[in-house]
Amino acid sequence: MGNKGTLRVIWPPAALSLLGLAAWQLVSDLGLIEPWLLPSPLAIAREALAIAPRLLEHAAATAQLTLIGFAAGTAAGLALAALLHLLPGVKAALYPLLVLSQNIPIIVIGPLFLIWFGFTLLPKVLLVALVCFFPVCVAMLTGLAQSDPHLAEYMRMIGANKREMLWKLELPNAMPYLFSGLKIAATYSVMSGVIAEWIGAEKGLGYFMLLSSKGFQPARVFAAVALVVAMSLALFAAAAAAERLFIRWRPAGGDEGGRPK
Amino acid sequence: MKDAVPALEIAGLRKSFGRGKTSREVLGGVSLTVNEGEFVSLIGPSGSGKTTLFRLIGGLERPDAGDIRIGGRPANGRRGLIAYMPQQASLMPWRTVAANVELALEIAGVPRREARTQSREWLARIGLGDYAETYPHLLSGGMQQRVSFLRALLAPQPLMCLDEPFGALDALTRLKMQRWLLSIWEQNRRAVLFVTHSIEEALLLSDRVLVLSPSPAAVIYERKVPFPRPRDEALWTSPEFNAIKQDIYERLQAYGEVGEGAR
Repeated sequence: MGNKGTLRVIWPPAALSLLGLAAWQLVSDLGLIEPWLLPSPLAIAREALAIAPRLLEHAAATAQLTLIGFAAGTAAGLALAALLHLLPGVKAALYPLLVLSQNIPIIVIGPLFLIWFGFTLLPKVLLVALVCFFPVCVAMLTGLAQSDPHLAEYMRMIGANKREMLWKLELPNAMPYLFSGLKIAATYSVMSGVIAEWIGAEKGLGYFMLLSSKGFQPARVFAAVALVVAMSLALFAAAAAAERLFIRWRPAGGDEGGRPK
Repeated sequence: MKDAVPALEIAGLRKSFGRGKTSREVLGGVSLTVNEGEFVSLIGPSGSGKTTLFRLIGGLERPDAGDIRIGGRPANGRRGLIAYMPQQASLMPWRTVAANVELALEIAGVPRREARTQSREWLARIGLGDYAETYPHLLSGGMQQRVSFLRALLAPQPLMCLDEPFGALDALTRLKMQRWLLSIWEQNRRAVLFVTHSIEEALLLSDRVLVLSPSPAAVIYERKVPFPRPRDEALWTSPEFNAIKQDIYERLQAYGEVGEGAR
């Protein structure tokens, strides 16, 4: 799980990406695609460098929105998970509705939030928080409920009370689940931030993309896309690093996958 | 010894599961006693309600009838009165070996600092001092069971309940663990109720062997084990050992079923 392992996981997709970029550049250089339809990677890079200060300003706005929304969504997800875990009756009533609520497209909720809360940061943060909230809440609830039955039986046999069951068994057991949820939320958060800006904002990468697209400047759209991808990856990597820092006990290779090693 | 209060006293314990036609009586009036400092083994065919009996002693279930007394105090449905070692080692994977031992002590109300000192001292004494700060998955099955036993041994409750602790180990490791447990217990006598499938294991370790019938379970036979302590496996070749083994084997067979590991 050390640096060596990380490198081993990263190099195949990195090599493939480089190969793809090279092919793309080649196709552009040979004049097979019109540059106003699809600019070459080098042209995109040149354009990005040329407008770097503006681009970074928009990126900073998106990062701020994303991080606040991610934090708020995570906090709300954890709070609701704790509440539902401690009140099984409420969980039975609310949990199916929670799942159902995920079928409402955020592209519909976004404009509604704008109407309700105005053109401030609040409706956009709420949108990101709403997206991050669900994976964190569900992962935490699952983790709290999925304690090893042998461990639970042992704890009861030696006389552990409800509080001890929660703090010494259920919470530690839920930590790997929580981090899985955090990684999913981290991936979604940047994208939902961009959508929020798309719907209504005067700065941010989402706004910039919309503007560039309408102005027939595909190189700028692609530059913004590259930044969005980079931000998503960075947030995911941060969540994964936090996971590695907190969870040192899991046997190497003995996890249930979906986790970069 | 006899006039002291027994560590565990069970009288006429009955327990059924389910209602009406599907109701099944699992315990049909179990009575037994474990005296202070005595090692008692319980042998019975699979499905003879040993697990249910342990859950009742641990206070996780209430009996339909009968009484459980631990250290003279009524214990029906009361938890936290026993030290317990389950069949699976059941170590928390997120706690170090030492922290796992401390967990049992913390829940029994031992102050944290004292728990820490005790766990370090004893892990070193049983040769696992180097593993105190590692996580359980690095330990072999036998080592995990040692930690699990130590956890029960250090818990302050006078009665230890061991539920087939070596059932999941291979034969060789099992043999080593029996010898190891014997040496620790003989220095440190606690009241033990030990469930096993193996007659030899029961005879090697116990002061008394109780035989359970298939469910509804009741104690159908009781045999004192007369060998002096400290004991070792040289016992197995003695004619008396084999005579008692044969005797218990026949009692079990009289009920048409013999547990695995009994030969």
